[in-house]
Amino acid sequence: MTVSDSAVADAKGVRDGGRAPKQVVVDDPSMGRSPKLAAVFLLPAALVLAALVLYPLVYSVIRSFFDRSGDEFVGLGNYVNTFTDDRTLTAFKNNVIWVVVAPAAVTGLGLILAVLTERIKWATAFRLVLFMPMAISLFASGIIFRLVYEEDPNQGVVNAAVVGVHDLFSPSSAYPGARPRDGAPFVATPEGYTSRESFESGTAVAVPLVGFPPAQVPPQATSATAPAAGMTELRGVVWLDVSVGGRASQLDGTEKGMPRIALEAVKDGQVVGRTTSGDDGRFTFPGLPPGSYQLRLPAVNFELPFRGLTWLGPSLITPVIISSWIWIMTGFAITFIAAGLSAIPRDALEAARVDGATEMQVFRRVTVPLLAPVLLVVFVTLVINVLKIFELVFVIAPGSVQEEANVLALQMWQVSFGTGGDQGVGSALAVMLFLLVAPAMIFNIRRFRREQS
Amino acid sequence: MTTATAPEKVRLVEVTVSGAPRRGFVSRVVGKLGDGTIQVILALVALFWLMPVFGLLVSSLRDETDNNAGGWWTIFTRPAQLTLENYQGLLGNETVLKSFLNTIYITVPSTVLVVVISALAAYALSWIEFPGRAWVTTIVVGLLVMPVQVALIPVAKLFGAVGLFGTITGVVLFHVAFGLPFAIFLLRNFFTGIPRDLIEAARMDGAKEWLIFAKVVLPIGKPAIASLAIFEFLWVWNDLLVALVFADQDSAPITVALRGQLRQFGTNIDLLSSGAFLSMIVPLAVFMAFQRYFVQGVLAGSTK
Repeated sequence: MTVSDSAVADAKGVRDGGRAPKQVVVDDPSMGRSPKLAAVFLLPAALVLAALVLYPLVYSVIRSFFDRSGDEFVGLGNYVNTFTDDRTLTAFKNNVIWVVVAPAAVTGLGLILAVLTERIKWATAFRLVLFMPMAISLFASGIIFRLVYEEDPNQGVVNAAVVGVHDLFSPSSAYPGARPRDGAPFVATPEGYTSRESFESGTAVAVPLVGFPPAQVPPQATSATAPAAGMTELRGVVWLDVSVGGRASQLDGTEKGMPRIALEAVKDGQVVGRTTSGDDGRFTFPGLPPGSYQLRLPAVNFELPFRGLTWLGPSLITPVIISSWIWIMTGFAITFIAAGLSAIPRDALEAARVDGATEMQVFRRVTVPLLAPVLLVVFVTLVINVLKIFELVFVIAPGSVQEEANVLALQMWQVSFGTGGDQGVGSALAVMLFLLVAPAMIFNIRRFRREQS
Repeated sequence: MTTATAPEKVRLVEVTVSGAPRRGFVSRVVGKLGDGTIQVILALVALFWLMPVFGLLVSSLRDETDNNAGGWWTIFTRPAQLTLENYQGLLGNETVLKSFLNTIYITVPSTVLVVVISALAAYALSWIEFPGRAWVTTIVVGLLVMPVQVALIPVAKLFGAVGLFGTITGVVLFHVAFGLPFAIFLLRNFFTGIPRDLIEAARMDGAKEWLIFAKVVLPIGKPAIASLAIFEFLWVWNDLLVALVFADQDSAPITVALRGQLRQFGTNIDLLSSGAFLSMIVPLAVFMAFQRYFVQGVLAGSTK
């Protein structure tokens, strides 16, 4: 890392710790003395860096003050544009969410797992498994998580699990999507389907339902039969009105009754009686006082099955992408922090334990403070990574929600090379990205200077 | 539940404040968790981490109909649906094959160039005294975190002017440029760690710079060079953004070629999963074979 390689390298014995205090000796016999040769050695790198990194940086800064065509000077116009454009503001907002949530989550998770793995024998294997995502392209990781969060519970594993758990606690309705035949005297209300008119006690109400595959009617269903005449209760029959070979809304003797449909008797807007249909579809409301009642089929009968959450929709997309990033980066944090942990002198930990500190206290008061520099480096590295996030958003967010998932790096590409075609604004966005990363540059340079002296 | 745990949290805070050897909630929980429990938890975490990749692998081994009909987890009940059909389809798909080759044509030269150029520069920064050496090194450190975005537009213009836009050479050059700062930094750190006596002895023997570089520094620097090469290889292999901007249809690597299929994700799972896995095979193999170097490389340069 730019940054912490010293801590880690020393810890792992990678290097021989050759960062001796800077030798100010003028006559160091180990150093070469030919500036000309130095220039030759440095030339290829200098040429490439000058042409493809430094010159472009200057060019971008200048370009950001010119309009779309590049001919007209617009001052800070492009920057003003970025702060008033909705898409860019969303990108800013999302970048803030990313920076606040993601690096801290990964650093914390990495710290916990690194400490826990210290106590097991297969720590190397474990770290390797968690590290593996770093070897894969962000593009492939994006596809992996697009599949994980796919909305169809027959494709996406997360929704399959969510639906499974949901159905365990609240089983789905028996007749999803079924509804009264259009001609039947029912209207859709928030509570379900309610009859338009009221029925006097003793009436037999015909409730023909459609919109449900006959093959999915429960096996205990028998042929629907008309309710017996001459009773005093409100009653009726509810059946699947397939109407093939028969007439609509009429029992033809072969149509099946629909068992276990919940029904309600309603008076003045209040539910006053409840019942359930039998295997032949017949139902009665026993014990209702004589009078007239509306009949209602509560919505619970017909609710569509729970299909899980729209993970890739506008509201959840950023947390979803962050979760995939956590999957990718946690291994890095663990490896880095574990290297730092192994550099902590055992004596310090033992001394604390001998003094009667609990494991938790050792962790909080000895391990974490000693690890602080490493944690800071991990955190800064992750922040830089997050600021440049592009591929994951590009791949995981479906085209229709890329606007909601937008981040600066993606917006910069869109504006410059995608649909936007405005390289003035694109340059301004690039410069702003550079300014956001600049503190990390200073952090690195300071750290480097400190290590050298 | 929340009310039940609240007092525990308070106690935890007390511990941190007072530092008395009383045991807080978390510490009691951790204490009670034996190593056995920790192992179980970590095993679950590892499984959790592997599952998404496993899901992609299984999906790539099921045909289109099966992928549309049910999730990859159905193979536990119906293992017969596994097939190599998708991969056969990929091998017959010229665009994908060509893009796979392009990935190799881009990655290998980029890696070689970065290693060679950075080794030269790192040597000069480590073992040759010249005015401004500290400044050059500082600039390299500063460039470590430079976002590629600042160069996309200008370099696209530049490449357009010299006929490199849309070519593999252009993509390679861009990768080299943005790979160099980290590469120089990594190698410089390693080279400066080489014992002075070794270099001094070589100079005493009258060895010239080129000889010291080739016969002393490079052989000792092998582990660092290996780390760098692996890291650079993976970085270029896995790139999407740079190729998206600078490659055209004929020079597009596999990531760019597959990207067009994303629009119809739900119905393209067979092609996308097998294609993504094809693009992952090489990095995974490199990772497995050289994990030690890779881990060191990432530890040494992850700020990119």
